[in-house]
Amino acid sequence: MAQAIAFYTLSALILGFAVLVITARSSVHSVLFLVVDFLFVAALYVLLGAQFVAIIQVIVYAGGIVVLYLFVVMLVNLKRPPEAHRDKRRLARLGAALAVVVLVEIVAIAFYGYVGPSPVEAAPGALATGNVEQVGMMLYTDYLVPFEVASMLLLVAMVGAIVLTRRNL
Amino acid sequence: MIDLLVIPLIKIVFVLTGVLITVMYLVLLERKVQAWVQSRLGPMRVGPHGVLQPVADVLKLFVKEDITPVRVDVWVYTAAPIIVLVPALIAFAVIPFGGEVHLFGKTISLRIADINVGLLYITAVASIGVYGIILAGWSSNSKYPLLAGLRSSAQLISYEVAVTLTLVSVILTAGTLSMVGIVEAQAASRVWFAFVQPLALVIYVIAGLAETNRSPFDLPEAEQELVGGFHTEYSGMRFALFFLAEYTNMIIVSAVATTLFFGGWLRPFPNVAWLWWLDYVPSWIWFTVKTFLVLYLFLWIRATLPRYRYDQLMRIGWKVLIPLALANIVVTGIVKVLL
Repeated sequence: MAQAIAFYTLSALILGFAVLVITARSSVHSVLFLVVDFLFVAALYVLLGAQFVAIIQVIVYAGGIVVLYLFVVMLVNLKRPPEAHRDKRRLARLGAALAVVVLVEIVAIAFYGYVGPSPVEAAPGALATGNVEQVGMMLYTDYLVPFEVASMLLLVAMVGAIVLTRRNL
Repeated sequence: MIDLLVIPLIKIVFVLTGVLITVMYLVLLERKVQAWVQSRLGPMRVGPHGVLQPVADVLKLFVKEDITPVRVDVWVYTAAPIIVLVPALIAFAVIPFGGEVHLFGKTISLRIADINVGLLYITAVASIGVYGIILAGWSSNSKYPLLAGLRSSAQLISYEVAVTLTLVSVILTAGTLSMVGIVEAQAASRVWFAFVQPLALVIYVIAGLAETNRSPFDLPEAEQELVGGFHTEYSGMRFALFFLAEYTNMIIVSAVATTLFFGGWLRPFPNVAWLWWLDYVPSWIWFTVKTFLVLYLFLWIRATLPRYRYDQLMRIGWKVLIPLALANIVVTGIVKVLL
């Protein structure tokens, strides 16, 4: 019961701050709401018994990536409010289409991916043994190939960034 | 009920009070140490040898006028000092101050929580503190704080990488992420990790100085270039919060160094049997003494070394510390597999 209350409160807060992210006037405020949103998502992971994932969420997203967002937003001078475009609804159709696609996707995942209440029951076991080990074992056994592919992708991005910044290599 | 709620609350109150008092006297100690290095006396007037100086300082900060400059972003301007201070304080939740004590028929462990990702928790919490500094600089609507905020966030992000990489090599050695587990691993191997991972210790201390904006890496508050740094526009109690956060972070870095490299609450020389009588000293006293020795190193360095230039700072971080830390991880891993 308490878990359900916590879950719905957190979910409501996550959605609320997500709305604030896209409605805030100042882009710095948007980025701040995004940080708060990520922190609540981390709290949701803790609720599911996945402390390791929660901490990584805070370190990588809230603490790492969004700081870079903030950098960009602060360095690009956005003091002047953007002028209203003549046709206010020019991207409305595209936005609506994307929203429908995402909604269908979520419903499909929820419908076909529902496997009963096993994730909740798995959580106490994860608490007892420490889920760092579990995540590590999963990554290097079951998900070894996707893991290595993802790391190659990051390496490519890194090399790309270096090549772009230093053209006279 | 008592075990679940009352005892943790008492612990939290104790730790917070202890931290605040330590910060007050750390400031006095810093002024005294710097004075002694420079053949001065330091604060002498308030109380014998200035021991009541911190009380006077705090009173002054409380009654000072709190100025909010015009055209600041009020919400962010107000939130920034809080965003800096809160992460610094909640990091103490996972610091193990000692072993276990028996009090009123109960066994009480001298730590608030022992979570299995304790070390990562401290890293995560520290990474949130960066926002306070950037936002303080941005929201002040003034050019020097903005420049200082950008400067310090670049510095903190760069050195966070080095700190985290040294932590990885310690985690590899200990085989756990829990702070208590790391101390127990040192007790089991009968040697402090300072001797197992000397390179990690050196990198951690250097990067720790940069992470806490301490001299010789105190560029975010380089007076000659940036007036007062990111908190130029803050006054009174809000300025005091930044000050408090900086010193609290120093204590955290020292406490983590003690836990990871100097055996935490263990007595010195855990491998020398005839020093058994040292075990009669309570464990939290050993922890406090070690933490203060590391803090003293910080004060000593501040009184001794001049400030680095910004390009030098970046070069040290990215071209020296991070490659060394990476090499240390590889070597640690190889040794761990071979032994």
